[in-house]
Order: sequence, then C-alpha cells, then structure tokens
Amino acid sequence: MKVGLFIPCYIDQFYPQVGVATLELLEKYGCSVQFPLNQTCCGQPMANSGFEHLTRSCNELFIDNFEGIDYIVCPSGSCTLHIKDHLHSDKNESAAQLIRTRVFELVEFLTDILKVNNIDAHFPYRVGMHQSCHGQRGLNLSQMTELNAPYFSKPHELLKLVKGLELIDLDRQDECCGFGGTFCITEEAVSVKMGKDRVADHEKQEVEYITGGDMSCLMHMAGIINRKGSEVKVIHIAEILNHSHH
Amino acid sequence: MKTDIRNHPEASEEFNRNESYVNWHDETLWFVRQKRDKVIHQIPEWEDLREKASGIKHFVLSHMDELLQEFEAKAIANGIQVHWALDGNEHNQIVENILNRHSIRQMVKSKSMLTEECHLNPYLASKGIDVIDSDLGERIVQLRQEPPSHIVMPAIHLKKKDIGDLFHIHLGTKEGADDPRYLTEAARNHLRETFLTRRAALTGVNFAIAATGGFMVCTNEGNADMGAHLADVHIACMGMEKLIPAFDDLSVFLRLLGRSATGQPITSYSSYFEKPRKGQEMHIIIVDNGRSTQLGRADFRNSLKCIRCGACMNTCPVYRRSGGHSYHNAVAGPIGSILAPNIDMRKNADLPFASTLCGSCTNVCPVKIDIHDQLYKWRQVLGSEGYVPKSKAIGMKVMSTVLSQPRFYQWAGSIGRVVMKTFPVAINNSLNPWYKQREMPEPPKESFREWYIRNRQK
Amino acid sequence: MTSREIILNKIKANKPAATQHPGPLTNAIRYENALETFKIMLANIEGKTFEVSSWEEIASILNVEYPDLPNKATDIPQLASWADFSLKHEDPHLLEQINVAVIQGKVAVAENAAIWVTEEGMTHRVLPFITQYLAIVVPANNLVNNMHDAFEQIATGNYGWGAFISGPSKTADIEQSLVIGAHGARALCVFLLAE
Repeated sequence: MKVGLFIPCYIDQFYPQVGVATLELLEKYGCSVQFPLNQTCCGQPMANSGFEHLTRSCNELFIDNFEGIDYIVCPSGSCTLHIKDHLHSDKNESAAQLIRTRVFELVEFLTDILKVNNIDAHFPYRVGMHQSCHGQRGLNLSQMTELNAPYFSKPHELLKLVKGLELIDLDRQDECCGFGGTFCITEEAVSVKMGKDRVADHEKQEVEYITGGDMSCLMHMAGIINRKGSEVKVIHIAEILNHSHH
Repeated sequence: MKTDIRNHPEASEEFNRNESYVNWHDETLWFVRQKRDKVIHQIPEWEDLREKASGIKHFVLSHMDELLQEFEAKAIANGIQVHWALDGNEHNQIVENILNRHSIRQMVKSKSMLTEECHLNPYLASKGIDVIDSDLGERIVQLRQEPPSHIVMPAIHLKKKDIGDLFHIHLGTKEGADDPRYLTEAARNHLRETFLTRRAALTGVNFAIAATGGFMVCTNEGNADMGAHLADVHIACMGMEKLIPAFDDLSVFLRLLGRSATGQPITSYSSYFEKPRKGQEMHIIIVDNGRSTQLGRADFRNSLKCIRCGACMNTCPVYRRSGGHSYHNAVAGPIGSILAPNIDMRKNADLPFASTLCGSCTNVCPVKIDIHDQLYKWRQVLGSEGYVPKSKAIGMKVMSTVLSQPRFYQWAGSIGRVVMKTFPVAINNSLNPWYKQREMPEPPKESFREWYIRNRQK
Repeated sequence: MTSREIILNKIKANKPAATQHPGPLTNAIRYENALETFKIMLANIEGKTFEVSSWEEIASILNVEYPDLPNKATDIPQLASWADFSLKHEDPHLLEQINVAVIQGKVAVAENAAIWVTEEGMTHRVLPFITQYLAIVVPANNLVNNMHDAFEQIATGNYGWGAFISGPSKTADIEQSLVIGAHGARALCVFLLAE
C-alpha cells in the first residue's frame, strides 16, 4: 500500500521523533511510505484565526505535494480534519476534493484501513489517553460523552493491544486541553488553566505517560508539566505503538 | 465591578487571578453538566428528540412570517394585545407606555433575558418606574447592580457568603448568616410582599404557540405565576424566534429544556397562558432587535433555533474558567458568541475567538445548533472585514508567506531552532506569552524532513 | 410603515427555503411500571404520592400531613367539608392567608412527575402558587408514560390558562444548594384517586 506522509509543521520542526515513529509504524504494516519534501503546513493556524482567505497558496502547495497519492496519513487529528473540511482550490477543485477523501489521521488509518488487530509493542506503564477534540468530535475517533450513544474509541482499541500498557480512566474523559491554536497565546490565562486542569486529572489518577493523537495538545501540556516540575511525561500515540522491546 | 473591561481575554485574565475561585466556578458548572448527562441517559430516544426539535425549529425559521401572523391573530382573538418592537429601545417604550396608561410606577418582573438584552430596567428607572426582579438569582444580581452571569443561573458566580452579606444589607438578614435555606426564606418573604402589592407583572416567553396564540413560561420558583396571576396588567416579552408551530410541539421542547438546562426532567412549573384572567389586561411584545438580520445570514441563522437552556455554557471549558461577565453581552458563552457579532461586530469581535472550537457545545445543544462551526465562520467574517487586531492580521500575512514557500519555511524553521538552542533567552522571556506559564519545547537537532533525507530518501 | 410591517417584510426577504415539519416522535419511552416511575420521580423532587380510593381518605391524609393548619381551601366540591377558607372573593390577593390548597389535576406523567392542571373549575389561577402547601388530585387511571401521551389527551382543549406542575416550588440559585419552597408551594402531595 502506497502512503504519503503528511507531517504537521510543528512535528517537523519540534517533534521529528513522532514523524519517525509514524513512518516506521506504517512500514511495519507493509506500507511503502513517501514523504513529499516540499510540504509545509495545512494552513489551520491562519484559518482558525479568521484568515482562511490567506490560505489559498498553502492549499495549492498542499495539492501539489499530495496529488495522485492514494492514502495520505497524518499523525494529527486537527490537521487531518482541517484538510478534510477546508481544502479548496481555485485552480484544481477536483484534485482538492479527491484529496479530502484520501486523507486519514494515523489511528483511524490503522483501525479502519489497515484493520490492525495486533501490535508488536511493549509499553509497561500507566497511560492516560488525552482524546483531542478535533479527532474526537470532528473525525469521530471516539464517542463523545455529551451524547446518549454507545461507547467506542479507536485509539483505546489500539492501546489495549500494546503489551503491558495499563489504560487509565480519567475524571473528565474528553475535556479540551486548552491549546486551541492561536488561542493558547491570545487567551493565555484560560488556555493555561485548562491545560493545568487536564494535567491534574492525569496526575490524580497516577498516570505515568499522557498520550494522544495530537502533538499540539501534548506540547501544551508538556509545557505546563515542565514548568511545574512534575514527573508525568507525554508521548504521542505513534511512539507508543512503535515502541519495541528494548 | 467588571463593566469597564472591554474584551474577553482581559476579563478572563483577571478572573483567573484567583485560582481557587476559578476551580470552584468550574466545578460548580461541570456539576450541572454531569446532572444533565445523568438524566439524558435515562431517555433512550434522547438523540431523536434533539433531531425532532431541530427539525421543528427549522420549520419555524422557514415559515416565520406566517407563523407570527397566525400567532398574532389567535392571540388577539383571545383578548391579548399584541405589539411589535423593531429594537430594544422600542420594546422599552412600549412597556413604559402600557405602564403609564395605568399610572403604574412599580412592576414585578420574572426572568427574561430579552429584557436584559434591551436594558429594560435602567430605561424604566430613568423614567421613574421601579422594577423588582422576582427570580431569586436575578434579584441577587439586581441588588448587586451587576448583570446576570448565566442565562439560567444568574448568580452562579457568587458564593453563599456573598449572598449572605448582600441580604444582610438589603433584606436585614443576620450578619454572617449564609445558609441557603435561611436566605431563600428571607427572599421568599421579601418578594411575597412585592407580588401582593404590584399591579403590573412582566414575564418572558419560553415558547409561543402559533396555532393557539398562547405562550408558555417555565420556572422552578413559581415567581412568574405569582406575579402574573395577581397583577392587573401582565406583559409578556418574546424574541420573535421563540415560536413553535403547534401546541403538541411543546411535548418535544418541554422534555428537552429542563434536562439540558439543569438536569431536571422538567421545571416545577410550565405555565401556559392563552387568555387574560377576567378583568386583567394581557400584552405580548414581539421583539426583533437584530433577529431578522440574523435570519438572513445563511451561515448563522441556525443560532435562532436557540431555546435559551444554557447547556452550552455549562459544558464550555472556556466559559467555566472565565465566567459569564467576561463576554460583556446579555447572553454569554458559546451561543452568545454567535449571536452578539450580528448586533455589533466591532464590540464583539473577541467573542468568536474565546473558544478552542472543541465542539462540546454543539453536542449538548438540544436543538442541534452547529455552534462551533458558526464560531469558525464568524472568525472568517471578522478576519476579512478587518475586525481582527492589526498585529494579528500582519502576523497572519507573514505566516501565509512563509508557509506557502517551502524553502523559506525550511530556512525559517532551522533558524528558529538555532536561536532557541543558542540564545534561549531571546525566546524565553516575558515578551513571549507562551513562556509566561509554560516551558517552551526543546528544539531538536534536525527537523523530520532533514531526518528523512538522511535516512530514507532514495 | 409600522414596525410590524418592517419586521414582517424583513423576515419574508431573509427567511430560508421552506422545510417540512418533521412530524411527531414515535419512539417515546414507555416504562415497565409507569406508576412506580411516577412515584420515584416525584419523590426525587420532594413530592409525596398517595394512592387513595375515596375523598374521605384524602381529607384525613391531609389532616395528618398538615395538622393544626387553618385556612384550607379548595374548589373541589367533594372536599368542601374539609375546607375552612372561602375562595369566593373577587380579589385573588385575599388568598394570601391560605395554608393548604387542593386542586384537581387532569393527567399525571410518569417520566417527570408532572401533572397538567387547568383553570377549569378553579376560581383563581394564583391558588396553586400562593398557598403555602399544595395538593393535587388526579384520576389514578389517567397516568401516562411520557409527555407525548399527555399532549395527545390535552391538545384538544381550549384553555384560558393551564400548567404542568411538577413537585413543590424550588430554587438552587444560592451556590447550587437545592432549597424547596422558593415562591410557590413549600410541599406537594399528589393523590392518585381510583374511582
């Protein structure tokens, strides 16, 4: 299976190990992975700030990089959702539309397309899963606690296959961490308070690692954890799923 | 109080200075969300109910003129006087005129967010007409001379000690007494006097029924009824979107309202008015105040489905940690943030950004308003019409340039990481808002792209 | 142009394309035991249910629930001998003194312990609210599962005023502490009368 890797800009710049883990993981499941070299960003930070009209050239660049690829996989729920919902092109709308049907977040790609039912990974720790909002409510990666509807969770499914991993329940299963893109700067006080509360929930349950599908959320929580000097660590789900025996 | 702080980020910053207070405010509202969750899980058909309510409200929006005329005709035939107000000021004048005709200088009011929107109380006060708010939460904030912070629980931001101190000054309760039962009893006695002596009562309208010309007023306290059934004049104010087509449509909305708002299967009283009491004069004021404009906005008209339950506020992680007053609008929280820009884009440009777009609000909304999608769309309107701060606009243009040119992006990224590594103080200082309460991420030695080129590129 | 005309014209110009009314809900909840559910729901909101088979029973229970309280009023003819306060005044303000009032209810709803009452047979609308303590008598065979069933019965009526009353008056406006007895009745007894 040929996969094009879409690596969010902040992972490219600050968390390359997440991109590496994603690539290695996909290769383990037999995918032939290519990384279009001229990709930059999905444009979400600008669009969420009210400047969707400035994302045109970003969109065209994205289409140039990913046109013609059957499966585009991204280790970020919010970036995937943004492309799915907002990729448009003045020059090549049919290409944009096609890409929107072919872009997948990593977890949903593993459960829905590759239909992974066993994971050769070992991660003997207490793990709290931070369910990022766009992945959950936008991509339907897991059920929303607001609804009267049956529970399901694609990331939980995968984590439960990891040997030694103890998945811990939280007080608030799906509350937002407060990153929110430029929100983390423009509404700094509330953003930090939300992040502190999320971290405190995990700490209360004595979680050793906080994981999730969005490095942006984890980066925000890590910033708070490090300032606090707390013991708990963050790790992207790709890194757990790719975590071999040492 | 906080009335001179203009925007949400500033107000929230002040709100967050007292962390234990924020924890208390957040926990209190989250508790209401949990009560809601508990009762909705007792109704297996809950999601179908929401879908029905949404469908009924879509029908109302698309037939609003016909339904309003039907409502008016039936109400008039039932002996009710119907008035139309283009804006808040006209609404206030209509109320004043009705009271003047009866030489009434004192009125008792039950809860109406519409009258908050129209600033009725200060208007009447300036004309020498005294209004007492009879809903306990509203009476509390009225005595404190501040607006309600939540559309359903007006005094949710206050602790019992605050209310005890307030009642000691205004109602003569014992100093330091803060037992809620004691304080409520004091309010009961104080307001009973009001109900018995005031000749005019003003209520809101939760639902107006087009087919019958009647309307429903829902309370837990019974204050709307105490006022209306004793007064010579009953004035009911409604936003024009409060219509529902038929009497039995109430079955859907009465099942959704209490559960969504406070986690109750229904309010204590759902009072249905069709004709005035013998000898009583009844008036309905139908208010536009920007609603017909919102109706014309294809992206935002669905905000008019709102039944003012407040569930979106209870679930909103930002609202719980910033408080209703930070939204500087009669209606706060997520729904307020999609209604307010329609009235005044400049004043309310901050509100659609007071959100992480998490989407929780959309999922608790009993009438399925796509709140978080509308927040995103308002941002685009505000961005392209120039209501976003200039510095942000410039920053976005720069970002757009960098991100659309791969070489520039790669170069900027590596320079950024080098600076962070060799001159951390350039970034880790008080000019960097991120750094105020968070550590910056560690800059890696190479980007993913660089790793890929070294390790995988054929 | 009047405001009315301006508003209606603006609505006509701005309203979206017509949609259809979605029709009634058909899968509303049905309880295994509607009566038990009603009793539990009413107890949750601090109301009391009594299953009775005569008016005399109602009167004697009321005397036990509210002993030594004068100013008892009702419009129900079968309870006239229990009452000691006349409702035949023009002025509803005079009802201020009433301690206990009994009114007739039409339908009881299991899902939320709500009872539909109307002004039919009621001298004053304010009675259920101004009294300190309230009792409602409902035919025991008119207990329905949910609000849709209730509306099927009551939707054909022509009302001056009516209300769903569910439990006594209450508020949680002071730090979310539930206090029973805000402005309306401090307590509610519901009598399910088997005829």
